[in-house]
Amino acid sequence: MIRFEQVFKRYPGGREALSGVDMSMASGEMAFLTGRSGAGKSTMLKLIGLLERPTRGQVIVGGRNTGGIGRRQIPGFRRQIGMVFQDHKLLHDRTVYDNVALPLVIRGMRGKDIGKRVRAALDQVGLLHTEKVKPMTLSTGEQQRIGIARAVVCKPELLVADEPTGNLDPDLSLEIMRLFERFNEVGVTVLIASHDLHLIRQLGHRQIELSEGRLVAAEAGHG
Amino acid sequence: MAKPMARSKPRRAGPRRPDIRPKKRPKRQRSKDSPWPPIGGVLIDHARVLVASLGRLLSHPLSTLMTVAVIGIALALPAGLHLLVTNGRALGGHWEGASELSVYLREDVDLQAAKKIAAELRQDPAVAEVRLIDADEALAEFREYSGFGQALEVLPENPLPHVLVILPADDSRSAQAVDALRGRLADALPAELVQADTAWVARLQAMLELARRAVLLAGALLATGVLIIVGNTIRLDIQNRRDEIEVTKLIGATDAFIRRPFLYTGMWYGLLGGLLALALVGGSLLALDDPVRRLSGLYGSGFRLAGPGIAGGAGMVAAGIILGWTGSWVSATRSMRRIEPGGQQ
Repeated sequence: MIRFEQVFKRYPGGREALSGVDMSMASGEMAFLTGRSGAGKSTMLKLIGLLERPTRGQVIVGGRNTGGIGRRQIPGFRRQIGMVFQDHKLLHDRTVYDNVALPLVIRGMRGKDIGKRVRAALDQVGLLHTEKVKPMTLSTGEQQRIGIARAVVCKPELLVADEPTGNLDPDLSLEIMRLFERFNEVGVTVLIASHDLHLIRQLGHRQIELSEGRLVAAEAGHG
Repeated sequence: MAKPMARSKPRRAGPRRPDIRPKKRPKRQRSKDSPWPPIGGVLIDHARVLVASLGRLLSHPLSTLMTVAVIGIALALPAGLHLLVTNGRALGGHWEGASELSVYLREDVDLQAAKKIAAELRQDPAVAEVRLIDADEALAEFREYSGFGQALEVLPENPLPHVLVILPADDSRSAQAVDALRGRLADALPAELVQADTAWVARLQAMLELARRAVLLAGALLATGVLIIVGNTIRLDIQNRRDEIEVTKLIGATDAFIRRPFLYTGMWYGLLGGLLALALVGGSLLALDDPVRRLSGLYGSGFRLAGPGIAGGAGMVAAGIILGWTGSWVSATRSMRRIEPGGQQ
């Protein structure tokens, strides 16, 4: 599903975020991307979502080399990936319903179909009752679940999350991770960047560890 | 797993099997991962954005009103000036068509003699029409319209001469021919003065031509101004919604999708500005109509101010829409390139 081949990423200013990363993830797999802040976790996720381009090397997502995707093809590419962010990136002037519906609206789906899909997604994260409120009125954990609902509403085959539990207490974090596991169980490939080692060990999936832009270990998990 | 994703690139699947169904390709373009939604979806989205962008404008009426007012005034100015020139030309044409000669006969020519001269002139091939305004008649008319009635009472006798108004024949109406006729009549007739009002008509034409050019220039400048106003307003709007744009880009919105609401906002600004301009011009015409009618009445003319007409009015609104759309398109397209979610860190 995801393959990194000798990927280097140097940001303007000389900082090298990734130096020669080789990594691959099968489809249907669930893995954690770990390492300290600045180890290159976010950069890897950005390369997958084409928010950044590698300086050298190849990033292959869903059998498709991202190097061959032009500017105009990026939107179509991104629609195949569900992305979850630490700060949720919700639109605060719109209702929960409108936020979750956005990916469907972008695809030009009709109102009736949108309603069904949005409610299904909200139901999956257990927040069906919040559809009419603004995200601001919800707790951080609930906002993150709305973010996840938005990421899965289009039924992507790949779900990528950058520190999705960064702002949550341990109980809520576990709840969010269980949610990701549930999507994984139905076949979605899930890659989560996190530095919450305690939580990760508890869940026991494969761990991909980065340190200063290099892969430390890519041991198979037992989950 | 990888298969449905690879579908988005038809080139990849192409060589594997002989393509005997060429119609299949456009169908794949519309597969679920195509960034372009089906046509019906696009239309629905256009309708949705059309309404939503108007709603957004109306949700902050004051700033909308100010922008619309600036656009309206900027459109009304050249339109109003253009109308002024058009009316001026109509007025000039009015008088040029009847570039008459006025022959002021000497005081010693009595009415009988004047009538005889008029009859003779009617035989002249260069003359189409001769009208005699006898002195008494002229005085009565002057007394009635000029407002000098009281002053005229004190004059011992009628100071006005008999006047022959001559309309040259069709083929003698050019400025030169009229001038030649004027010279000939001045020599031949017992006239105090033979006047041909061709020079001022030519001058008026020249002035109107100058004014027309000036209006074109002002129009071009003000149109540029409207483009800049709309462009800047949209730019600010985009800046305010930067986060929203980043988020929608992150989840795979095309530039066209993101740009759409801003284009419609620009279109609404232009439409409302155009309508306001139309109202301003219409109001001004209404306000000027009465005085103009009175003035032209004083000159014994039935001249009325002409409005922009349906075509002109539609043109003003269309100009507003086109300028609004163009301004927002340029602005939105430029801004869209700059806002990339990757560049946020």
